Amino acid sequence: MVADATILSRAPPLGQSNVSMAQSRNQFGYRRHADQDRSGADAAEHPVVVVGAGPVGLSLAIDLAQRGQSVVLLDDADRIGEGSRAICFSKRSLEFWDRLGVGSRMVDKGVVWSVGKIFHGASQLYQFNLLPEEGHKRPAFINLQQFYAEAYLVDRVQQLAAIDLRWRNRVIGLEQRNDQSVLTIETPDGPYLLRANYVVACDGARSSLRQMVGAEFAGQMFEDQFLIADVKMAAEFPTERWFWFDPPFHAGRSALLHKQPDDIWRIDLQLHPDADPAIEKRPENVRPRIARMLGHEKFDFEWISLYKFQCRRMEKFIHGRVIFAGDAAHQVSPFGARGANSGLEDAENLAWKLDRVLRGISPEALLASYHTERSAAADENIRESTRSTDFMAPSSRQEARLRKAVLSLAKETEFGKRMINGGRLSVPSIYDSPLSTADFDSWRGGPRPGASMLDAPVAAHAGDLAFLTEAFIKTGTRFTLLEFANGVAVDPPDGVGVIRIGGKDGLLDAAGLVGVRYDAEPGTAYLLRPDGYVAARFRHPTRAVLDAALARAVGIN
Amino acid sequence: MALSTSSNFAKPDDAFRAIVEAHRGLSDAQSADLDAALVLILANHIGDLEVLREAIALAQRRMVDASQQQQQQQQQAQKDLN
Repeated sequence: MVADATILSRAPPLGQSNVSMAQSRNQFGYRRHADQDRSGADAAEHPVVVVGAGPVGLSLAIDLAQRGQSVVLLDDADRIGEGSRAICFSKRSLEFWDRLGVGSRMVDKGVVWSVGKIFHGASQLYQFNLLPEEGHKRPAFINLQQFYAEAYLVDRVQQLAAIDLRWRNRVIGLEQRNDQSVLTIETPDGPYLLRANYVVACDGARSSLRQMVGAEFAGQMFEDQFLIADVKMAAEFPTERWFWFDPPFHAGRSALLHKQPDDIWRIDLQLHPDADPAIEKRPENVRPRIARMLGHEKFDFEWISLYKFQCRRMEKFIHGRVIFAGDAAHQVSPFGARGANSGLEDAENLAWKLDRVLRGISPEALLASYHTERSAAADENIRESTRSTDFMAPSSRQEARLRKAVLSLAKETEFGKRMINGGRLSVPSIYDSPLSTADFDSWRGGPRPGASMLDAPVAAHAGDLAFLTEAFIKTGTRFTLLEFANGVAVDPPDGVGVIRIGGKDGLLDAAGLVGVRYDAEPGTAYLLRPDGYVAARFRHPTRAVLDAALARAVGIN
Repeated sequence: MALSTSSNFAKPDDAFRAIVEAHRGLSDAQSADLDAALVLILANHIGDLEVLREAIALAQRRMVDASQQQQQQQQQAQKDLN
């Protein structure tokens, strides 16, 4: 959550910490690669080089490898970063990770939650449930320390021979030619050159690739400072997201409390803009503040950091043959879990497109839709997180007055509760995309073209329980026709998988929820993209309209 | 235009009076608090973003008018001096 933040100061983990245990487990050795023995003129050439083995780079590499691509993945460190960074992973991210084979490990370790509460002073104003309905494989959110997520992703990478993960490989130079880039990479054995058809920069908020393409960006810098403390304690608080405006233990500012695995709690306190970071970060100054919040002193610090943040994005996510994803391309404030989750959405959006372009079965223009779709999503995330931040830190007396009015009205009105903005949590964007075919039938509901698929229970036979997202993975995580039986099935275009609901050989809509969530009638069909987004939908498709929708979705017209 | 600017109250003076009286005896800061709450309550009652935006634009034109008027007055004062 704070990978996008400017860390002003850090205190090392204190006392007995699971972080240091995780560090030793997550230490990786540098190994010399044969590519390093080649002369510059004879530099090795690879189809894709991903720079940065964080959650985004790792997930992208796995997705590409599962689609059959060979990937070189470079990271400048030799271990997984410790400390307080992303903790909230969304349902959408978990569904992506299910496709990569790591979803269950994440959920098994993570803390599942869907309820958030907002307090003003000592009293609760509002409670929300991010997934109030049944029939989904994955919860609204899990909380999981980023280093666990990365460790599970690295384990998965190590099962895939197609990924060549090189630690302590730091990109220090980039030369772009017409159809490839030449990277200069520094290692403990000295520098070497690599040629890549495509480079994907997942190298974080301080992306060096971004500097190398000359695309540094400006954005809105928020003046308020926030203090993050991860503390270890045995506590009976429920696994909910608690947010306070003007709490009794931290007058005039906001505070957040959230549970992580291993009895670790994330505490986020808004400080005054003129607070001195050197003084604020001292454990002896942090401790009484948190003791007031918790009502006791039985906790140990895992991590303390102070940060400010910016909301900004690159103007273009694609610079020649260098593509930017995650924090390298866009940064938001942490309120809303829109940092890591939006980076993962970048990865799932890019992987199938890059795979098709590398295979030569889609034109390079397909990649432009990555920028179109994901930059619009970045704008949405920036807008949402900026609004949350503005609400927490009003920038004028009148803004403060309006906020005061909202908080006060929330005590007795429904609309006031709904106007309180303590962070609007990440949901998948709906793409206004050149790849989508506009509806021409009439629909009362269901995910429209550009929206992500909705999960629902299905069954292969009576008594069986599975989910639509699982059926999508079984079908091969490729273009898939989700069709609702109507006697004669439509012959799908080549390479398109089929999930049939109902009929003689179809899956059972056991709970009736697939039909409801997709506004389905017999004959209804949805064309799903390999990232699980809806490309087109029809009441009674003919082969010709399916062919046209598929061609559009793969960037052919 | 989604915003209605025709006269909607049978007795407009009563409506104006009701708002004025709500502010009687309040300090400027209290009045500003009252207005902030009132604007939010009324905006929610309208429940139409287009109407709200038009209302904001209509109100904002007062600011423009006021600053133009001020400028004209300053220019006039300058002329008078000359």
